[in-house]
Amino acid sequence: MITLGHFLVFGALLFSIAVAGIFLNRKNVIILLMSIELLLLAVNVNFVGFSRFLDNIDGQVFVFFIMTVAAAEAAIGLAILVVLFRNRATINVAELDDMKG
Amino acid sequence: MIFAHADLNLILPELVLVTGTLALLLFDLFARQNGRWMTHILAILLLVLAAASVLAQGMGLTASGWSGVYERDVLSAVLKLAIYGVSALCLLYARPYLADRRLWSGEFYLLVLFSVTGMSILVSAGSLVTVYLGLELMALSTYALVALDRDNRKASEAAIKYFVLGALASGILLYGLSMLYGASGTLDLGEIALALGGSQPTEPLMAFGLAFIIVGIAFKLGAAPFHMWLPDVYEGSPTAVTTFIGSAPKLAAFGMAWRLLDTSLGGLSEQWGDMLALLALASLAVGNLAALVQTNLKRMLAYSTVSHVGFLLLGLLHGGANGYAAALFYAIVYALMSAGAFGMILWLAREGFEAEEIDDFKGLNQRSPWAAFIMLLLMASLAGIPPLVGFFGKLVVLQAVIESGRLWLAIAAVIFAVIGAYYYLRVIKVMYFDQSTDERLIPATDTGLRIGLSANGLAQLGLGLFAGPLLAWCVRAFL
Repeated sequence: MITLGHFLVFGALLFSIAVAGIFLNRKNVIILLMSIELLLLAVNVNFVGFSRFLDNIDGQVFVFFIMTVAAAEAAIGLAILVVLFRNRATINVAELDDMKG
Repeated sequence: MIFAHADLNLILPELVLVTGTLALLLFDLFARQNGRWMTHILAILLLVLAAASVLAQGMGLTASGWSGVYERDVLSAVLKLAIYGVSALCLLYARPYLADRRLWSGEFYLLVLFSVTGMSILVSAGSLVTVYLGLELMALSTYALVALDRDNRKASEAAIKYFVLGALASGILLYGLSMLYGASGTLDLGEIALALGGSQPTEPLMAFGLAFIIVGIAFKLGAAPFHMWLPDVYEGSPTAVTTFIGSAPKLAAFGMAWRLLDTSLGGLSEQWGDMLALLALASLAVGNLAALVQTNLKRMLAYSTVSHVGFLLLGLLHGGANGYAAALFYAIVYALMSAGAFGMILWLAREGFEAEEIDDFKGLNQRSPWAAFIMLLLMASLAGIPPLVGFFGKLVVLQAVIESGRLWLAIAAVIFAVIGAYYYLRVIKVMYFDQSTDERLIPATDTGLRIGLSANGLAQLGLGLFAGPLLAWCVRAFL
């Protein structure tokens, strides 16, 4: 039997992996974009779980909006990534250090 | 669902903005380079029209529409007018800078207008969905704006940092919203407050949700210790874009913070009051101390933003009408000061000369006394020197803090404000007492920018001497 607790723990796990991916990753900007997608999916799992166990459809409607926004976000993120690569010929996170202080 | 006419009437400013922006998109496509002036003028007219439609609805109109997802109240009207006004100023300031750098394109206007639409929706949000959609429309447009200068190394680095941390902030906020939904079973902000009315504030879901929401808001506002993106983004973006992202979005973020914290989580004000107190203290300390050592004016203003956000939070944490009114007043005043200060950089910048180092302002008084005087007004207002309006902003916030019984916080805020005055005064000293070394230091001759910026600078004095009406509207917003 799958309970609300399972949904929430699964969501929290995905969320933690995503946040760890953003902060620990020193190599590749694409991994950052993947982590951001994972972050939004973790939230989706939460919403769907709550929606199912509260017997309230609103949460699932919200999930559709989040998925749409996630798609738009990925489009803009990749576009910025292309600009970044054109200017620097690298997408290494550790090399993004022109500005300091 | 049948859309009643009353509902359409309610969203008039947003309708005007969306239809106008889409029409402008088509217009610019056919107008190309020769018609760019028309795009410029039409975009500003559109913002004026949107402001006029807010006024046409009546400032005092209070209504909820579209099944409760859209709220029209005095607060949203005041914030919308301020957002439209500040954004129009930013468009006015940005033109010569963009034109000098071959960035003067229709995309700039469209992205700014879409972002303004997002802010407009955000400050009128009545449900978690509208909060999220408004926030993302605002944020996604600004990410693209930062990357507007496609061949600039620094700008692309700033854009990716802004994007990743902005998206992280949205994700954290959204995680908090999902907890809020789970604890209350509804997405409507007002109903969340009702559903939570009887429950224990210590319920783990709520505590979790609240913490995530506070972190998300702090990220978006740029409060320490979640401010690390802010200096890099402000420094790396084209100054015309910094002017925009440094001013209007702060107003929208304040609206969002109030809707989430007071409308839906008002019952937990003791819990979030303490969290905001810590954030405010950290922001004041980090912002003011880090700004002291900056040599780049944009970076200095970025750290000064962090400290001003601290003051904004001081007003919010009071948890009562007086504190909110003080914070709203502060937010509006700050948006004006910030737009003006970055506008000064735009005024002095020209092709091949960014005017973004503090030393670039050396001896400005000899070259252009008027520009130096306007900068003097803006810097003194940011520092909080009476009788300029920045002083009254700080005064009302401190009154609210003392009223809420946190005297130690007010004392700390004053100490840091005094420390902060040093770096604003340094700019004034450089302008008036140093010898000019740079031949290029001549303000641009663009009429729109000159008039707008002069008005902005003089408004610091005017609003300071006659703060009454604006303050009265800020108080009315929370009655």
